[in-house]
Amino acid sequence: MASKQVNPTRMELSRQKKKLATATKGHKLLKDKRDELMRQFLELVRENMALRRRVEEGIQNANKNFVVARAAMSEQALHTALMAPKQEVYLDIGSKNVMSVDIPVLEYRTRTADENDIYSYGFAFTSSDLDGAVKSLADILPDMLRLAETEKACQLMASEIEKTRRRVNALEHVIIPEAQANIKYITMKLDENERSTQIRLMKVKDMMLEDAHHYKEKQAAYAAEEA
Amino acid sequence: MYKIAVVGAYDSIYGFAALGMDTFPVSDPQKGEETLHRLAEGEYAVIYVTEALAAQIPGAIERYRERELPAVIQIPGVSGNTGAGVAGVKKSVEQAVGSDILFGDQ
Repeated sequence: MASKQVNPTRMELSRQKKKLATATKGHKLLKDKRDELMRQFLELVRENMALRRRVEEGIQNANKNFVVARAAMSEQALHTALMAPKQEVYLDIGSKNVMSVDIPVLEYRTRTADENDIYSYGFAFTSSDLDGAVKSLADILPDMLRLAETEKACQLMASEIEKTRRRVNALEHVIIPEAQANIKYITMKLDENERSTQIRLMKVKDMMLEDAHHYKEKQAAYAAEEA
Repeated sequence: MYKIAVVGAYDSIYGFAALGMDTFPVSDPQKGEETLHRLAEGEYAVIYVTEALAAQIPGAIERYRERELPAVIQIPGVSGNTGAGVAGVKKSVEQAVGSDILFGDQ
């Protein structure tokens, strides 16, 4: 099933053999990579799902609290209270290499160490529900960042797994069979050429012997004598 | 040094400002897409987008899916959980495994 024509020469044969060896080695390596990536991905994606459920539930609760807080305060007062936040969150981005996939590692720092700085307002003119709402949101912040990290890692790994799987399949079902078929074709062709050369030589030898010794004439004479 | 952004309808995201994240309230999808692209080019490593907004700009969300940074993460808004975030995780599984063998029944 050689799809394209190859020259049946020894040089081409050794080239195809080299190609086959490389492809086989690459196939094995890529398969290992795919398996290991898959193992790590499955672990990570389970964590991702758990985190997502936790964060979604947390945000849902926080949202409920905010709605309650909003009901107890005027809109203007609420806007004013949250207008100038005291706290700031910064991220330091590291990088982790998992089976040649670069995965960002997030580390967060807050501007001030005081955890009460999430309340950016005086307590005199706001309802206590707002404090609760802000607190409930602050509690899920670490999980939210962890979610961002794992979800990104999962997305990156998923696309890498997809690519690797395609490569493995291409090697397994196209490149390797093609090289094998080419090698077989060239070997057969070379063998066939060799046989035909051999036969030609034998024929030539026969003819030369005939020329030198005149076997056929002698045989004819002998047959006539017998008769 | 990177920062965190939250994009979505004002009602869904104003609380995050108290934690020190930068909030970007947007009302229409067009504006949301522009904001997202602007933030992604800037100094934001994590951008939380409400599911309601993300549902209107799937192309823009998809664009950042396979980039290393930023991480665009969907969060439920004040109007409730649409399940888009969970669907995103399932999509990753499908992409990697070929079919959703982990959370298919959930």
